[in-house]
Amino acid sequence: MKREAQLIETIELGDLLPRVERQKKAGDRLVAISCAVVEGENEITYSFEDRAHRFLHLRIVVPPGATIPSVTPSYWGAFVYENEIHDLYGLTVTGMNVDFGGHFYATKVPYPFAAAASPKVTPAGKEAQEKECLDR
Amino acid sequence: MSRQIVIPFGPQHPVLPEPLHLDLVMEDERVVDVIPSIGYVHRGLEKLVEKRDYKDFVFIAERICGICSFIHGMTYCHAVEGVMDLDVPPRAVYLRTVWSELSRLHSHLLWLGLLADSMGFESLFMQAWRLREHVLDDLESTTGNRVIQGACKVGGVRHDVSDQKLREIVDGLGQLEAGMQDLTNVFVHDDSVKHRLSDLGVLTEQQAWDLGAAGPVLRASGVANDIRQTGYAAYDELEFTPVVETAGDCYARTVVRAKELFTSVDLIRQAVDRIPEGPIDMKVTGNPKGEFYARSEQPRGEVVHYVKANGTKNLVRFRVRTPTFTNLPPLLAAMKGIELADVPVVVLSIDPCIGCAER
Repeated sequence: MKREAQLIETIELGDLLPRVERQKKAGDRLVAISCAVVEGENEITYSFEDRAHRFLHLRIVVPPGATIPSVTPSYWGAFVYENEIHDLYGLTVTGMNVDFGGHFYATKVPYPFAAAASPKVTPAGKEAQEKECLDR
Repeated sequence: MSRQIVIPFGPQHPVLPEPLHLDLVMEDERVVDVIPSIGYVHRGLEKLVEKRDYKDFVFIAERICGICSFIHGMTYCHAVEGVMDLDVPPRAVYLRTVWSELSRLHSHLLWLGLLADSMGFESLFMQAWRLREHVLDDLESTTGNRVIQGACKVGGVRHDVSDQKLREIVDGLGQLEAGMQDLTNVFVHDDSVKHRLSDLGVLTEQQAWDLGAAGPVLRASGVANDIRQTGYAAYDELEFTPVVETAGDCYARTVVRAKELFTSVDLIRQAVDRIPEGPIDMKVTGNPKGEFYARSEQPRGEVVHYVKANGTKNLVRFRVRTPTFTNLPPLLAAMKGIELADVPVVVLSIDPCIGCAER
């Protein structure tokens, strides 16, 4: 049984777009964009694969609520990942080709899924929302 | 230019087993743009990892999808085993491979049946699902369950299968193969099926690759990409060639899945011939610390499971990228320019699993 090498490279936010464009020009496929909250910071990982199955991950680390640039100018299909990250983690992604504005997941309850709505929700409001959801 | 109107498609539609909503921007009968909406079955399964023991979480990972359940469980185990650097006993690795291929068989047969149903070819639908029952019987007789098998665990598998039983499965597959030949002859050679699917929902090789397509959608556009080639499970010791078609249309996607049925049967035969004796699991102690990306080839395409652990029994992060999620942008591209009447067939051609996509 073989295990794939874990090639994870952490880069600066400012280097993101040039590096992603470099992967695009090299002919890589965008496999996934993932986000994880680790020790209060957001790790956003862009995973690529070349035609020989070489799996490469570029990672940026940004604070909560940060603004990151969209990679959709390089990879058109990246909007599904970027909208998901916006909705689930409250990060702002600028320049997306398709921006759902916090409604990518069409859930009945906007919070915690819709980042745009989250600052307006008080603890009491959240409790009422949850009760309404359960009653429904 | 004609006046544009928006027609809502889904979330409830006869061709969709699961809820997906598409706003179709139409000019007369032609689709000029598509805007998808998901979220009807978002369950927040990834978040649950923070509250469940990493060993128990395999049961939740399996429940991401009712069709690819075994492969979800196995890929999660691969990710945790990768973090912990565990060498799973070879017999368990081979059993995982057999169950993976049985999962692919029943998934592809299910999809072929759904495709026939979407074309109004009811007898063909029933033939496909009749054959699928045999595969589900094999899964039930070896794991105890038809849909959510619960057979995989971190460090191995929960059930052994006797060599005699494995031989019986292979013998049964011989009979199944004859039935599948008859079935796939219709999908591949019948004029009405060809007429309905050819030149429809076309994705070029470059489009499929650039838009991140995976699995049969990618291979039907001429890209020989199959994650089994990376050699996970026992695939590094088995021989197979990815099924590739070049037309990139709905017919090509159908032919890829039809031919992959026989690849799966062959892989099961090879695995049963080579499966070694020995233990089926290993003792796993301690908690994982680190991170790992594991990939597998599900029936619908490549799935990625990412885990990050900090040395406690709960993982910090569990992330799943399912094939349907990455096949959404290619679907939108494939739908541009098609007729309204063709929308159900083109949507179905990516084998969408919305439960998977939303988790």
